Amino acid sequence: MSIITVERKVLEKNDELAAQNRQMFEKHHVFVLNMVSSPGAGKTSILERTLEELKGFIQTAVIEGDVQTDIDAQRVAKYDVPVVQIVTNGGCHLDAKLVWDAMRNIDLQAIQLLIIENVGNLVCPANYDLGEHCKVVVASTTEGDDKPLKYPAMFRNASVLIINKIDLLPYLSCNLNTLKANALRINPALTVFETSCTANQGIAAWCEWLKKRAREL
Amino acid sequence: MHELSIAQHIVELVRQHVNPADAKNVAAIRLKVGAVAGVAADSLEFSFHAITADTPLKNTRLEIEHIPFRIECLKCGVVSENETGIVVCDTCGSPDAKVLSGAELDMTEIEILEAVQAAT
Repeated sequence: MSIITVERKVLEKNDELAAQNRQMFEKHHVFVLNMVSSPGAGKTSILERTLEELKGFIQTAVIEGDVQTDIDAQRVAKYDVPVVQIVTNGGCHLDAKLVWDAMRNIDLQAIQLLIIENVGNLVCPANYDLGEHCKVVVASTTEGDDKPLKYPAMFRNASVLIINKIDLLPYLSCNLNTLKANALRINPALTVFETSCTANQGIAAWCEWLKKRAREL
Repeated sequence: MHELSIAQHIVELVRQHVNPADAKNVAAIRLKVGAVAGVAADSLEFSFHAITADTPLKNTRLEIEHIPFRIECLKCGVVSENETGIVVCDTCGSPDAKVLSGAELDMTEIEILEAVQAAT
C-alpha cells in the first residue's frame, strides 16, 4: 500500500478559473456581482430596478444563468444593456468556466459593472467562485425568516443581503428583525438592504452603494 | 445536486495525481468536508460511485472526514464548536469571532494498493 499526499482543494480548478476571471475583470476595471437566491426571491426584478437606476451613470452588462429558457435575458434586454444567457440544461449552478465562456460575448472595455444572475438555488451556487467581487444573496420575506439558518453556506459566503418583498410584511408571519438577526448570526459582516420592487422601496439606497463600489474599482 | 459536479472534480484530481496504470488500484480517496461546506457526504458518495461505476475507480472508497465548525471568540478567547455555522460565542454571546474551521472541501490523500500489481 502506498499513500499519495494531495492536500488540494477539491474545487481548485474552479478557483483557478475564477481567479483568472477576476484578473480579467480587474484589468478592465469592471466591478462584478454574483446574485444568488432561491427561485422566485426576486433577483431578476431587483436587477431590472437596478438597471433603471444605473442608466446614464454606470455602463452595465448582465450574464443570466438559468436551468432552461432565455426568459430572463429577454426581460433584461429591454433595458438596453448587453446580456448573455447561459442555459445550464439541468445544471444547478454557474461555475467559473461558464462565466469565462460567456465573457467572450461581452465587451469588458465598454462596461464598469457586470451583474451575474446565478441559477435560482440557495444551496449549490455557494461553493462556486465565479471571480466576482461581491456575492449578493437575496432573501424574500415570503420565504420566511429562518432561511439564513437553514442555508448557512450561502449567507456565509455572501457580503451583501437584500431582503426583498418588504411591502408584503403586513400579510406574512415573517419577522424582518428575526430574518436580519438570523443572517447576522451566520455572517456578522453582511451589509443589509431592504427592498420592494413593486413598491419601489429601498432600491435607491442599494443602487447608491453599488455605484460607489463600482466607481472605487 | 452539486455533489455530482464535485465528484467530477474529485475524479479529475485523482487523474492528476495517479498514474493511469495505477488507477484500478486506488483503494481510497480521503477528503475533509467541513460542517458548513454545503456538501452532503451521502450525496457525494452516491455521486462518486455513480460516475465511476464503469471506470477503474469502481472499487474505490471515499473516506470523508467531517470537520466541525469552530470559532474563536475575539472578546473572551474561548474556542467553541457548533454544527450550525452560527458565529456567536457560546460562552459570552459575542458575535465578534474568528472562524477557525468548517468550510473545508479538500482532498488530503489517495491510498493505492500495490499488492494487486505485485501479485500479477
